[in-house]
Amino acid sequence: MVQDTMAQSLHGIPINAYLTLSAVLFSIGVLGVLYRRNIIVIFMCIELMLNAVNLLLAAFGAYRGDSNGQIFVFFIMAVAAAEVAVGLAILVMIYRNTKNTDIDSLSKLKW
Amino acid sequence: MIKLVALVPLFPLMGFIITGLFGKSLSKTAGGIIASGAILLSFVVSLLLFIQLLEVPDNTSHTIHLFDWIKAGKFSADLSLLIDPLSSVFLLIITGVGFLIHVYSTGYMHNDEGHNKFFSYLNLFVFFMLLLVLGSNYLVMFVGWEGVGLCSYLLIGFWFKNTNYNNAAKKAFIMNRIGDLGFLLGIFLIYITFGSVSYSEVFAQAKFYTADEPVLIAITLFLFVGAMGKSAQLPLFTWLPDAMAGPTPVSALIHAATMVTAGIYMIARSNVLYTLAPVSLHVVALIGVITAVFAATIGLLQNDIKKVLAYSTVSQLGYMFLALGIGAYTSAVFHVITHAFFKALLFLGAGSVIHAMGGEQDIRKMGGLKSHLPTTFATFLIGTIAIAGIPPFAGFFSKDEILAHAFAHNKIFWLLGVGGSVLTAFYMFRLLFLTFYGKFRGTHHQKEHLHESPKSITIPLVILAGLSIVGGFIGLPEAFHATHFLKSFLTPVFADSDLRMLPAEISHATEYALMALAIVIVLVVVLLARNKYVVKGELPLADGVALSPTSKLIANKYYVDEIYDNLIVKPLHWISGIFYRVMDIEVVDGFVNFIGKAVVWGSGSARLAQTGKIGYYVFVMVLSVALLLLYISY
Repeated sequence: MVQDTMAQSLHGIPINAYLTLSAVLFSIGVLGVLYRRNIIVIFMCIELMLNAVNLLLAAFGAYRGDSNGQIFVFFIMAVAAAEVAVGLAILVMIYRNTKNTDIDSLSKLKW
Repeated sequence: MIKLVALVPLFPLMGFIITGLFGKSLSKTAGGIIASGAILLSFVVSLLLFIQLLEVPDNTSHTIHLFDWIKAGKFSADLSLLIDPLSSVFLLIITGVGFLIHVYSTGYMHNDEGHNKFFSYLNLFVFFMLLLVLGSNYLVMFVGWEGVGLCSYLLIGFWFKNTNYNNAAKKAFIMNRIGDLGFLLGIFLIYITFGSVSYSEVFAQAKFYTADEPVLIAITLFLFVGAMGKSAQLPLFTWLPDAMAGPTPVSALIHAATMVTAGIYMIARSNVLYTLAPVSLHVVALIGVITAVFAATIGLLQNDIKKVLAYSTVSQLGYMFLALGIGAYTSAVFHVITHAFFKALLFLGAGSVIHAMGGEQDIRKMGGLKSHLPTTFATFLIGTIAIAGIPPFAGFFSKDEILAHAFAHNKIFWLLGVGGSVLTAFYMFRLLFLTFYGKFRGTHHQKEHLHESPKSITIPLVILAGLSIVGGFIGLPEAFHATHFLKSFLTPVFADSDLRMLPAEISHATEYALMALAIVIVLVVVLLARNKYVVKGELPLADGVALSPTSKLIANKYYVDEIYDNLIVKPLHWISGIFYRVMDIEVVDGFVNFIGKAVVWGSGSARLAQTGKIGYYVFVMVLSVALLLLYISY
């Protein structure tokens, strides 16, 4: 009963809206990773991409009544946390060695 | 007992291995004894085999199978040896004369650094020659054929520090190879036609062919091309005079007694095929008689003692081919035997003279040597009488037999043969008179050192002289109411050919007349030569003097070498130069270098992708994933 009304009320918003939102968030994340020069901003955009995917997974899970999607979100969040930890550690080391957070300064591994 | 035949080539092979491997540590005496001993042992075994063949005249052809050599599909050839009258006769000559020459070499090469190397080469040569005559199929013969060519090259260029000698050795080998191409083509055709290269099988099948089949003519002509190269007939004869660059024992053994007779052996062995192709026989006879006269004319004006003998060899080989060409196979083999005796004798005698003169070979600088070198003179005289064809010495019987058959076959051949005889007598006696008679024309220094050669040199000379005197008696003609031993001995070998075509015969009366005519002409010529060179004391002209046009043509050997040089060698060098500059350097090298440059350029361009900018890498990653997804979804 409660689930039916829950699902029904959810169906009020069409799934396409969630799709569009998720796609837009993901694209903003990708463009941010490509265009921004500050390493911290790049990390934030990566998180944004991950969260966009989380959103879509949860939406589909709720719409189909399949809880697999929502469980998978937990996994993604755990991985994101670990990744942020390592990434920030690397960022700190980079700052300590080059004294700036510009990603273009790390271009020595070239021909 | 017959199985002992495997020992005959084995002894020289072992002699070669021992003197070759241990030559540096063996003393010169030891090396000489081992090498000569090996040949002596082979001679003894050959003699035993010969006696055995005499005892059982009905079964004279024995094949001893040593081992299976090649088995590839339907083709099989094994290393087996064939002992029959023909190979037995050649065995005796090769080992007998070979042994005498080995003994001679111990004296002649006594002071040479490479003494043991020389003997190892000589033994190797005898091994290959024995393999040639003992093979029971064309392939084993070909192994021997090539092997003697190789040893000829090694021995001609023995004093390798002289570039001219090396060039002479190369020339000999290359001309031999040209002939060998023909020989190989002949063997290929034999295999295609008869399905085998073994003598017994080929000759058995050949008997069913009719005469003058095109394939038989082709086979026999190709084989003859090989014989032309090996036995120095026109046009592949120019290597033989140049081969005189080798030490004199080499000239005696290889270029007088044995290697050059390989062609005659081959044709005698293949007599069944040749009798079935009269066209080829005609070609053989024609080339033989033309070579005989051609080389004899050149010998008239040569001034180097060994070159005269070289052209004489070419001429006498022409007689042997003439005999083969008119079907008188036995006469050809007879002439091989007598020629081996007196030509080896003449060459060894010339070597003795050269040794005494301290290396001088120009007869214009010799003269009056008969008092200083009595044994050499006596034996050389015997050899000269033998080659001129004066009875009762060896050359008379064999040459007369050839001329008698030629007279019955074709009068023109007979006339040319007699002409060659006349020239032979003249230039040989010219050589004798200019070298041994008259006043000594050399330097004072040479006169001081004139001495008769040591026993190791003179004893073989004496033995060969004896053989030249009595050697003709194995072939006494029926006209003298005697049995022709050689003919009856060799009958089984040529029996099939004799069935189809006996060499033309003449009546006894004609034969007596021809013999008398030949003897008279030769004696007249000898007297003419004596008159010119001894009584009048004329000398050949020095090198720079102008000559009449014909004399100039002959003295320059008809410019054959120059013709070959301009017609064949220079264009070949030109083509070779083009191939080197264009094909090798530009095309092949260019292609290989191009590949290298392409790789370098490619990698030089590809590395530009490694910019080091992380944003660029991420961009590429995003792009790739997008493309992948597109690809999957479509």
